[in-house]
Amino acid sequence: MSATSLEPKTEPHKSPATEDRPWTDYFTFQTDHKVIAIQYFVISFVFYLIGGAMATAMRGELATPNPDLLGYDNYNGVLTLHGTIMIFLWIVPAGTGAFANYLLPLMIGAKDMAFPRLNALAFWILPPAGVMLIVSLVTETPQAGWTSYPPLSVTSGQLGEMLWILSLLLVGTSSILGAINFITTIINMRIKDMTLFDMPLYCWAMLATSILVLVSTPVLAGALILLSFDLIAGTAFFNPTGGGDPIVYQHLFWFYSHPAVYIMILPIFGLVSDILPVHARKPIFGYRAIAYSSLAICFLGLVVWAHHMFTSGTPGWLRMFFMIATMAIAVPTGIKVFSWVATIWGGKIRLNSAMLFAIGFISFFLVGGLSGVMVASVPFDIHVHDTYFIVAHFHYVLFGGSVTGIYAGLYHWFPKMTGRMMNDTWGKVHFVLHFVGFNLCFFPMHILGLQGMPRRVVQYNPEFATLNMVCTVGSVLLAISTIPFLINAVWSWLYGPKASANPWKALTLEWQTASPPPIENFDEEPVLWSGPYEYGIDFDREADELSVRDLLAEVKAEM
Amino acid sequence: MTGSTLDPSQTSLNYHHDATAAGHHEEHPDHRIFGIYMFLIAESMIFLGLFTAYLTFRAVSPVWPPPGTPETELLLPGINTIILISSSFVMNQGNRAIKQNNVAGMRAWFGATALMGAIFLAGQGYEYAHTGFGLTTNLFTSTFYVLTGFHGLHVCFGLSLILLVLWRSLKPGRYSSESHFGIEAAELYWHFVDIVWIVLFTILYLF
Ligand SMILES: [Cu+2]
Repeated sequence: MSATSLEPKTEPHKSPATEDRPWTDYFTFQTDHKVIAIQYFVISFVFYLIGGAMATAMRGELATPNPDLLGYDNYNGVLTLHGTIMIFLWIVPAGTGAFANYLLPLMIGAKDMAFPRLNALAFWILPPAGVMLIVSLVTETPQAGWTSYPPLSVTSGQLGEMLWILSLLLVGTSSILGAINFITTIINMRIKDMTLFDMPLYCWAMLATSILVLVSTPVLAGALILLSFDLIAGTAFFNPTGGGDPIVYQHLFWFYSHPAVYIMILPIFGLVSDILPVHARKPIFGYRAIAYSSLAICFLGLVVWAHHMFTSGTPGWLRMFFMIATMAIAVPTGIKVFSWVATIWGGKIRLNSAMLFAIGFISFFLVGGLSGVMVASVPFDIHVHDTYFIVAHFHYVLFGGSVTGIYAGLYHWFPKMTGRMMNDTWGKVHFVLHFVGFNLCFFPMHILGLQGMPRRVVQYNPEFATLNMVCTVGSVLLAISTIPFLINAVWSWLYGPKASANPWKALTLEWQTASPPPIENFDEEPVLWSGPYEYGIDFDREADELSVRDLLAEVKAEM
Repeated sequence: MTGSTLDPSQTSLNYHHDATAAGHHEEHPDHRIFGIYMFLIAESMIFLGLFTAYLTFRAVSPVWPPPGTPETELLLPGINTIILISSSFVMNQGNRAIKQNNVAGMRAWFGATALMGAIFLAGQGYEYAHTGFGLTTNLFTSTFYVLTGFHGLHVCFGLSLILLVLWRSLKPGRYSSESHFGIEAAELYWHFVDIVWIVLFTILYLF
């Protein structure tokens, strides 16, 4: 996995330290935020492939109405692990752990995170959590879905469920430790002259995300502690036969898991807000609106959880409140979408892989966001609850939104992280396969759901067979689409053309240092010569250091 | 667990001899206290979740505690509460002492705090042995043990922090009026555990 040992000797800004980093560093306890970020990227992508294989297996099973591939028991296990792995070991660690670790210190001109050792600890908690889930695959799989509602979760196998709980507690601890680090870094470690409103929007997004992690994840931990007592010690917190109340679990669970949606999508909002202006060569439209809307989403996101429980006997007045609050979130979210569209409107657009994925993100997320407003409405939700409409909705948000955005970020920052350019043609092939495969796989699920096909079933009414076959074909395309990406990434990492310090001619600070950056990031103090998105604006300011000036002259020439 | 950049200050020494080594040490204390506050926010949310669960169980049940639950005693936990609350003030004296460079004073006050914490834990152990109900007797007893037990674990952790400070203070010059992050962190944590107990005591015993 070592990019650095293969580094060119001609890179002008290269510090000796970077070249010296042995490949073994990427497999050991390291405190350099860039190493930790790469560790996050690699391990979460491995879990993405595992979760993706499970998804393909499920779609294979669902190609025909009868259970003929996985069978009843395996299907529930695979379904549970697919959801859990994709959320907790892929999107959350990739969107927050990986990108935030790589980008935050560079974007604010810091040498490292505020607590480097805590940072490394947060990473090293993840692999055991993942291993537990994999172990459960060969011993006893958890069967109760990623939501793990009692009483099903306490009656469907003790070992598997306990492994699931322990794994989630570890992952939760990891993301809380990460959030503490991110908030402290953003608040306290910006270079002189950089106010909060000079930060790239990804930093704003991570601030909002980390607040959500810090406030909501511990509540899930509380719920899981109580659940494990029910599971092992024979208490009845969530068991009606012993006087307990399963609805309490649902409240605690969704108090975390609704914000979890924003934990998974807010960082991606930030990535896209940083990618679009660079490749559209235009200032971001509505910087403050995007920054404030992240905070608005953060606070509103904490008070809408019970929209997942409209069919759980929630009283009418409470449903009313949660319906209105949920619909209100569409406002700050809509502001973002309009800002992105206005940003690329009339821009001098470079339609490369990163930009294609970023634009793809907007279109997918728009569909997922709009179906989100639909299911926020109580009467509609009661109709489609637990049908494939919901599966379509959240895959448009989490796959179409988060995963597409993560790809956009990978293509955009790959040169910075590895010092090599990715192949753009194969990136476009990847995008086309991804775009077509995704829509083919998930759009028909809207129709299936409206026709009444329930989710989480291994066997279904033959009248849904045709559309299900379409979904399965789409899922195969999606599985294939990762192959050009993987080959492209590995090949480019090893043999790709050398990247300059600033191949996209971007303005944020991470592009003011070498690619990849030296240990401690900046050989010369970074200069905040302009706001992060002031493309196409002519500035005539004095820059102190010659090489930075050269860099900026290059940027201006491009604009 | 070792690698070429395990310690950030080492890194700076290796590669950037000149400027950075000093910078790291000046920056750290503030960040660490800030980080402790962040950590305590997360901790309080776990307790908030558990308290809310308890209050909901209580609100939903027709009779609370469920019929047949033995009365909980108030005298012992009451004394325990007073001990724990006073220990926070005792500990604060220790913090004041170190700010005047009085390491011996700090050790004395922290030793007293540790003792009070240990008495609290012993009292709780005694109470557990004499409640007359078990973990799975009914919903009230389950929440009783889980809530007080989870808090008790936090007291244990806080106590070990204090003992750690006492142990580290054996080395002369480890703590001074300028450098006493460990002392401050242990104290913040202890106050937090104290505040949680006040809420817990109120909703479990009084209210
Ligand atoms: Cu939700």
